[in-house]
Amino acid sequence: MTELYEFLAMGGYAGFVWPAYAVAAIVIGGLAVQSVRSLRSLRREVAALEEAQPRRPRHTRGRPGSGTGDAA
Amino acid sequence: MSGLHRFASPARFLRLADRIQPWTAWTAAILIGAGLAVGFGFSPPDYQQGDTVRIMYVHVPSAWMALFCYAAMAVCAAAGLIWRHPLAHVIAHGAAPIGACFTIVCLATGMLWGKPMWGRWWAWDARLTSVLILLFLYLGYIALANAFDNTTRGDRSSAILALVGAVNLPVIKFSVDWWNTLHQPASVTRIGAPAIHSSMLTPLLLMAAGFMCLFATLLFIRVRAALLERRLRALRHARAHAPPAGGMDTGTTLS
Repeated sequence: MTELYEFLAMGGYAGFVWPAYAVAAIVIGGLAVQSVRSLRSLRREVAALEEAQPRRPRHTRGRPGSGTGDAA
Repeated sequence: MSGLHRFASPARFLRLADRIQPWTAWTAAILIGAGLAVGFGFSPPDYQQGDTVRIMYVHVPSAWMALFCYAAMAVCAAAGLIWRHPLAHVIAHGAAPIGACFTIVCLATGMLWGKPMWGRWWAWDARLTSVLILLFLYLGYIALANAFDNTTRGDRSSAILALVGAVNLPVIKFSVDWWNTLHQPASVTRIGAPAIHSSMLTPLLLMAAGFMCLFATLLFIRVRAALLERRLRALRHARAHAPPAGGMDTGTTLS
């Protein structure tokens, strides 16, 4: 058990070494969680909007000049 | 440039990301795990700094990543402004918050290392000050990128800031040589062999490689989100200007 205490003491510098790793874990971990969360919510929003959007008939999609009132 | 254009289409980029992302994620976890195990389990304390030297295994890799991220953003800014690479700005927008976080980690761990070793949390030293300026450049880039409704203006102005700010990178790198700094000179990226014993160099390089894979993983996620954000903005714009249901968009107001 003493070995564990010795290890955690970090030669008396525990108050600096462990907070340094805690800051790194919190900042980078927080960034990772926020990134994944924002990706998921964006996916949901885009999917919802794409469903709600009236789909243009397939044969007119993508053909140049298929917009309405195109001057031939 | 044509080589890069092969990945220019978002769809192809996303397919690439799908394939690579799991690998970079796992590699990051393994490398960082190994780096921590070796760094805490097998590498000795420093004869002068004692166990505080273990802070190096997170301080130095985050510093390298902070510089690497900004350099990557500057390259993207140039690719976007000069060659109109369609994905350049999206990738730079994705990288900026990651670089900012690495800079915050670098500064915080540096302060936690400086207090026991230098006796002070902060000093207006050339290296510390230029890295603090780097953080402000990151935050400025992020603010500028989101400041405009018109994405093109946001892209262009933030890209210009990224390019202008890139002059700070050599200042950071060589600050320890040009000025008489409290911060020590380079020990790894220097001419001649690294001035660190392999028992410390090994965990350091493991952590650096792990951070690089972590950066790639986070970048794929954030670029995917940035692409979706633009898709969302386009969908909302289309919906706002869509003709009312069943009616015709004559473009003229029927008064």
